[in-house]
Amino acid sequence: MPTKFFLLLLLAVSSAQVQAKETPADNYKAYCVQCHGSEGTGKGVNVRDMSVVPRDHTDAKSMSARSDETLFKAIKEGGTSINKSILMPPWSATLSDEEINDLVQYLRMLCKCKFG
Amino acid sequence: MKRVLIVVLLGLSAATFAEGGVLQGSCSSCHNIKGPAAQTLKIAFEKKGPDLFYAGNKYRQEWLVSWLQKPDRIRPAGMYYGGHIKVGAKGDEIDTSTLMNHIALSKADATSVAAELMKMKPHDDLIAKEKIEPGTISMQMGEMAFNKFLGCMACHLIEPEYGGLSGPELYTAAKRLQPQYMASFIRAPQVWEPKSMMPNKNLSDANIQKMVRYLESLSKEAANAN
Repeated sequence: MPTKFFLLLLLAVSSAQVQAKETPADNYKAYCVQCHGSEGTGKGVNVRDMSVVPRDHTDAKSMSARSDETLFKAIKEGGTSINKSILMPPWSATLSDEEINDLVQYLRMLCKCKFG
Repeated sequence: MKRVLIVVLLGLSAATFAEGGVLQGSCSSCHNIKGPAAQTLKIAFEKKGPDLFYAGNKYRQEWLVSWLQKPDRIRPAGMYYGGHIKVGAKGDEIDTSTLMNHIALSKADATSVAAELMKMKPHDDLIAKEKIEPGTISMQMGEMAFNKFLGCMACHLIEPEYGGLSGPELYTAAKRLQPQYMASFIRAPQVWEPKSMMPNKNLSDANIQKMVRYLESLSKEAANAN
């Protein structure tokens, strides 16, 4: 039954890939909290000497001014890609596009807001 | 931030350290000495110290010998900062009560452990790809790049009282690390540690050379000589 074996193998490989995807909560905890803070308010452990303070992700007013595409771009390509601070680095080598999309939705949950 | 220097005397004999025995024993309780690097955040969150399975590709032997005898903190917020912060009046701050100090070894033990660690070189291929061209960089230019153009200061201390706290301090980096390792890690942190908190900032070769030279100069400054 080589075909069946192949299908099983394919299933095993694809579930391994699914498993490799991290949750947005964990990704936020790992990479975002250091600057945006454990409460998402922009008061992370790193901010003391920063010339530009990190975005408060719970601020519905400023967060609703950014589209999902803009947030995706800022996470993937860094702050300068949307004319914001260099202190926000690009996370394209760290996160998959799917994980970044999940993070955008996670941000919408934190701000309890939508674009517009 | 106060740099904590605590020396814990241990009753371990030099014999314990022979043939890498200590690496399998004491060291492996906090360090990954066999590889591979953490492939999931769940594992990365649990890390108590840096991976050592590529120590020979990463560290300077003479620094290992000296640091192991007088270990002081390199990462102000511990290995994974998330496990060592609390919410304070102005935002997150380091909860020093959760930080553990590294044990101190005798000179003989430190020497033998460092020698064992230097044998661990699974990433010779990555190191061989890096060539550090001789050259100089003005401290002013380096600092400008570090702070303004590249934004490294967001997470790293560039001097004892300036910079971010989640990453390792960088004013001592070149004392601790081999130049080719610094270049390789800056170029692609995820190749070394897939779940590294260090982003790949897509630095050009020229900028990588500049940063390595800057870190080399920074570590030689008298103020950072410790």
